[in-house]
Amino acid sequence: MSGHNCVAIATDTRLSTQLMTIDTSFQRVFKVTDSCLMGVSGLGTDVQTLQLTLRSFYFSNSLMKFKLNLYRLKEGRDMKADVFSKLVATSLYEHRFGPYFVSPVIAGLDKVGENEYSPVICTYDSIGYREHNGQFEVAGTGAELLYGVCETFYKPNLEPEQLFEVISNSLLSALDRDSLSGWGAKVYLLTPTELTVRSLKTRQD
Amino acid sequence: MELDYLKTLPLGGFNFDNCIRNRAMAESGILQAPKTMKTGTTICGVLFKDGVVLAADTRATGGSIVGDKNCEKIHNLAPNIFCCGAGTAADCDHVTEMIKRQLELHRLNTHSENRVQMAALKLVAHAFKYGGQIGTHLIVGGVDVKGPQLIECSNDGNMYSMPYHTTGSGSLAAMAIMETRYKENMTREEAVNLCIAAIEAGIYHDLGSGSNVDVCVITRNKYEMLRNIKHDNFKVFSKPGGYQFKKDRVQVVEEFKHKLVVEAGEQPMDLS
Repeated sequence: MSGHNCVAIATDTRLSTQLMTIDTSFQRVFKVTDSCLMGVSGLGTDVQTLQLTLRSFYFSNSLMKFKLNLYRLKEGRDMKADVFSKLVATSLYEHRFGPYFVSPVIAGLDKVGENEYSPVICTYDSIGYREHNGQFEVAGTGAELLYGVCETFYKPNLEPEQLFEVISNSLLSALDRDSLSGWGAKVYLLTPTELTVRSLKTRQD
Repeated sequence: MELDYLKTLPLGGFNFDNCIRNRAMAESGILQAPKTMKTGTTICGVLFKDGVVLAADTRATGGSIVGDKNCEKIHNLAPNIFCCGAGTAADCDHVTEMIKRQLELHRLNTHSENRVQMAALKLVAHAFKYGGQIGTHLIVGGVDVKGPQLIECSNDGNMYSMPYHTTGSGSLAAMAIMETRYKENMTREEAVNLCIAAIEAGIYHDLGSGSNVDVCVITRNKYEMLRNIKHDNFKVFSKPGGYQFKKDRVQVVEEFKHKLVVEAGEQPMDLS
């Protein structure tokens, strides 16, 4: 979700093989650059292949980490969130006929002026259709449930703390009705100067 | 070898690495392939006296869920050529983007305006190469040295040129309007209104199409993109002022703050 000079990603922490829970603290959201976060839902193995991690030596072959580093070496600067969002789209489309079973969500802030940042919020289907309306995007097993709550709760130009309340309430409402999600939730709130990660109290079932 | 890393660089083109794995997973029933976004569209194009009008609805669907309420289906290919896309959303987006680049290179090489025929030919050549697997159903319109052109390109590699075209799931509804109301040598106004009526027929009679109408008018040396020219389906149900949430209703178990480096002047290169 986007706000005024801030963006946020909220996610649950469950990893499962269909109905059996196998991990209750699965990390889905990662910091791409200082101004961009990526959350990936979908098949666990593909999530880890696609995304970059802060502990990069575990997944040294991770696809996006590689491309980001290459860009950084060539250009000598970090990739803008908007550029990164397009890179993800093309990377997914490269696998058009043998896709990764993932639907990533990207939340980032691009500097457009002095103290003015434009939010970049987008999501993809598994073959790289980039969906972006600048407000909120949803992905994963609870996507259908989230559409409804986000549509009612979301307001444009929220301040960071208000955005936190809105995104948390939206996620928790959907989480309650999605049997495949749960076991705790995390909210990543990104402002130009700070990344705040909050664990929420949720039902544990 | 020192240059071994070159082998790891992306080569371009499609990557089929996951195909066998994905098929194995589908066959053993572990996981079905996720649904992809379709545009589930109504798009149309009409030739008029001194140009072309292209029009599209703005709904993208994944199954029965509306994924995007206001997406853009009219893509720019060249300053004088536009294209409406129906079918698999990712294909339409990326194929048009790719052709756009090829056309721009051609323009820079030849110092001349692109022809619509060439754009359409490139699109069908690409689609045909993949035997219809790339789900693009496009209507290409533009004005070039031979005057206003309108060409439909389907995913199996067919190309047809008629004075009016409709494609997508709402094409039948739109074609009904076209067939009754089209006449030769229309004015710009008449052509735009005809396109709007055709798309609206799709929006209201086809469930795959919806939301607003986008129109693009291309005449000699000029184009006009009229985004959301009709927007009768905007959201109206929000509570005025929105919902307020009381603080502390959401319980935070743990908080972690990470200060980010604020960019000041030249940004140092971080190679960690």
